[in-house]
Amino acid sequence: MTYEFLQQYWWFLVSLLGALLVFLLFVQGANSLVGSLGGDAEGRRVVINSTGRKWEFTFTTLVTFGGAFFASFPLFYSTSFGGAYWLWMIILFSFVLQAVSYEFQNKLGNLLGAKTFQTFLVLNGILGPLLLGGAVATFFEGSNFIVEKDNLTGMQPVISQWANASHGLDALLNPWVLVFGFAVFFLARILGTLYIINNVCDEDIRARARTRLLGSTIAFLILFVAYLVHLLLKDGYAYDPVTGIISIEPYKYLNNFLEMWYLLALLLIGVVLVLYGIIRQGLNVKCKMVNGIWFTGIGTVLTVLALLLCAGWNNTAYYPSTADLQSSLTIANSCSSEFTLTTMTYVSLLIPIVLAYIVVAWRKIDSKKLDKEEIKHDEAY
Amino acid sequence: MQNILLSIDAGMVDWSRAQFALTAIYHWLFVPLTLGLAVIMGIAETCYYRTKKPFWKDTAKFWQKLFGVNFAMGVATGIILEFEFGTNWSNYSWFVGDIFGAPLAVEGIVAFFMESTFVAVMFFGWKKVSAGFHLAATWLTGLGATISAWWILVANAWMQYPVGCEFNPDTMRNEMVSFAEVALSPFAIDKFCHTVISAWIIGAVFVAAVCCWYLLKGREQKLAVESLKIAGIVGLVASFGAALTGHQSAARVAEVQPMKLAAMEALYNGGTDQSLTGIALINPFEQPDYEQEAEAPMKIAVPYALSILATNDPHGYVAGINDILNGYTKPDGTVELPIDEKIARGKKAIEALAAYRQAKFASSDDGSIAAAHLKVLQENMPYFGYGYIRDKSEVVPFVPINFYAFRVMVGVGCLLILFFIVVLFFLYKKDITAAPKWLYWSAIVMMPLAYIASESGWLVAEFGRQPWTIQDMLPTWASVSNLQSSSVIVTFFIFLVLFTTMLAVEINILLKQIKKGPEL
Repeated sequence: MTYEFLQQYWWFLVSLLGALLVFLLFVQGANSLVGSLGGDAEGRRVVINSTGRKWEFTFTTLVTFGGAFFASFPLFYSTSFGGAYWLWMIILFSFVLQAVSYEFQNKLGNLLGAKTFQTFLVLNGILGPLLLGGAVATFFEGSNFIVEKDNLTGMQPVISQWANASHGLDALLNPWVLVFGFAVFFLARILGTLYIINNVCDEDIRARARTRLLGSTIAFLILFVAYLVHLLLKDGYAYDPVTGIISIEPYKYLNNFLEMWYLLALLLIGVVLVLYGIIRQGLNVKCKMVNGIWFTGIGTVLTVLALLLCAGWNNTAYYPSTADLQSSLTIANSCSSEFTLTTMTYVSLLIPIVLAYIVVAWRKIDSKKLDKEEIKHDEAY
Repeated sequence: MQNILLSIDAGMVDWSRAQFALTAIYHWLFVPLTLGLAVIMGIAETCYYRTKKPFWKDTAKFWQKLFGVNFAMGVATGIILEFEFGTNWSNYSWFVGDIFGAPLAVEGIVAFFMESTFVAVMFFGWKKVSAGFHLAATWLTGLGATISAWWILVANAWMQYPVGCEFNPDTMRNEMVSFAEVALSPFAIDKFCHTVISAWIIGAVFVAAVCCWYLLKGREQKLAVESLKIAGIVGLVASFGAALTGHQSAARVAEVQPMKLAAMEALYNGGTDQSLTGIALINPFEQPDYEQEAEAPMKIAVPYALSILATNDPHGYVAGINDILNGYTKPDGTVELPIDEKIARGKKAIEALAAYRQAKFASSDDGSIAAAHLKVLQENMPYFGYGYIRDKSEVVPFVPINFYAFRVMVGVGCLLILFFIVVLFFLYKKDITAAPKWLYWSAIVMMPLAYIASESGWLVAEFGRQPWTIQDMLPTWASVSNLQSSSVIVTFFIFLVLFTTMLAVEINILLKQIKKGPEL
């Protein structure tokens, strides 16, 4: 395994984790719609219990995504988290609120009342996808930071710093970041409604979910197509693999898709599957078919994977700096040492085992669809 | 180099430390209970699996309910801890991320997914999976939490005793050269054993307190007695285990972090035949005048005990604070340089690094100048971190907190051994349901005490390492992110309010659940 291969491999793994995370945001998507999907208090409880059996997967994937990024691209971890402080902190706050809300909401003595905890879930359902989407958009739009490794020997030993005082909130002033953030938000809602249709055995809730599916799909398509066109037409950040010098390249991302045709194929297959799942589900109102989530879910993973690989492969700076071009992060200048990447590659061989037991446990838990009776008589939040 | 670090906001460093400490302290309120209860509920469910008696199922479910309430808070505070390495300690994340990131990633892949997958089966799978599968899920949830503890303690141990790495001047960071040395560091093994075993004590004390409350109220007697049997045995074995592993840990600290041991003992001037201080009068709010005082005032000590603790030899040599500051010779003949000399060498290393980088990128150098600077850097590299130290007094941790926290930990630990012996005595030689009320009350009182002891252990571990983020390699003020202190102050208070509110909620829910009792 060459060092270059390891860098590409780890960018692939991190991208895959990111793509799986976006799919798993169905938990947030459904929670953001809990009021309208549930209808009444009993219905809301069913929806929350449905996502409540899966929220740990989303949460764990987010944590592992962070850990994998730290291990494989520590300069990103250092620069982005330490620089875009407020953006990441708001994301973390919202996930902290989510983590306790499931368990606490209907417990006797929860002090704040069930509604407060349900509001926390809705808050996380909105902020989580929106801000995580916004953070991903900065991979293409750039961020305002400077990296200077020689600082270690100077007056100010911190090597990376944000070039303005907003510490990440400035990203939200970029309309394209917001467009992508909202696209992810509506995608999460699509996934959320499809998941609820699949997981909950209640025709009223399913009917409401189908209605919400349409609205979210329209909003998502407008935003996603707009961003995709913008991305394909925009300048990108390229680096010379020999000198490491970073430069602006017109139509960089379009060129990436043309030069890496397999990513273009992945993107197209992903988009088609996303749409197929939605249409299949949306058109089959009276049909018992409820597996749209799997088509759209797999499509989401493929689409996001293609986008993230396009951001980092083919000599592209995946975390561009708008303050200092040469500070931009590439998979070559921000990665761990060859030894660490090799070691972690052996660890990554465990991932199929992890996926296998997740599938087994998931199937066992979902062997019977969730309904109001189960909430009343079995273990439930 | 005289003005190094002038542009770092000292307040921001302190607030970043405070925020990390706050998160870690809160996190450690929930994690030991998760680890400890996992063992007890696992044993209870195993009893159910073997006997098929509904009583054991109800017992297991009861403890699992309490586990679930606590588990959520552990998860919530845990995510913050992981990301704070990046948000508040970004320079650290780069300087040693090549080594430190790996255990965190392995933790995520191997442990977190195991925990999160099987905890859902444990809570919601009673009617959906077989009894055997459910039992496996329960134990795998606990195993996942324990494996998670292993990897995060590997990471922490590496900060106390950095091994398996070397500095790369071209990338300006430390890089891993041996994963085995990092993952199987003796410091990590000691730390893991001591920490996880102490967590089992927390679980056992918690169960004992709940059971004794039931006995005090004269209700749920069967559940209380049977659970107490499990808790009593787990607690006693774990208490002896904690004492044993604690001794191992202290010996390891003496070897690789002598300043921490000197601060724990308020040992100003060391030597051979050192006695272990039982108690002494040290102002808890002020650093003692260790340079002028021969020893801590009003000291009551056990002869030779410190030498035995640190070296397994009653005549063993233990270095004091002044010995370390002024330099000393170890029994094996190794010379430890005075701190002033280490600082000078550290500055030399940093200057050599700067010169090396300059020469390397200069077109006029044929490589010989860079090579010369590199040689100087390598000669002085073991002292690199000292180059960021301004005065030798900065390498002395705050003595009072180490001194008192260590005594609280050890004192309560001894009390816990006695407590579990008494509980088991009443369980097996007397009738625990008719035990005097003071026994029940003592169980209830022991619970907060055990938590205080457990947190005290971490205070010793972390305050004793100060000023280093990574022992001898990087001080806190060179590890931080470049933020305004106002930002960190705001997030500190948000966390304080958030965690405190959630803790209050959790405690209230737990109390209500306990009051309600098992659903039979």
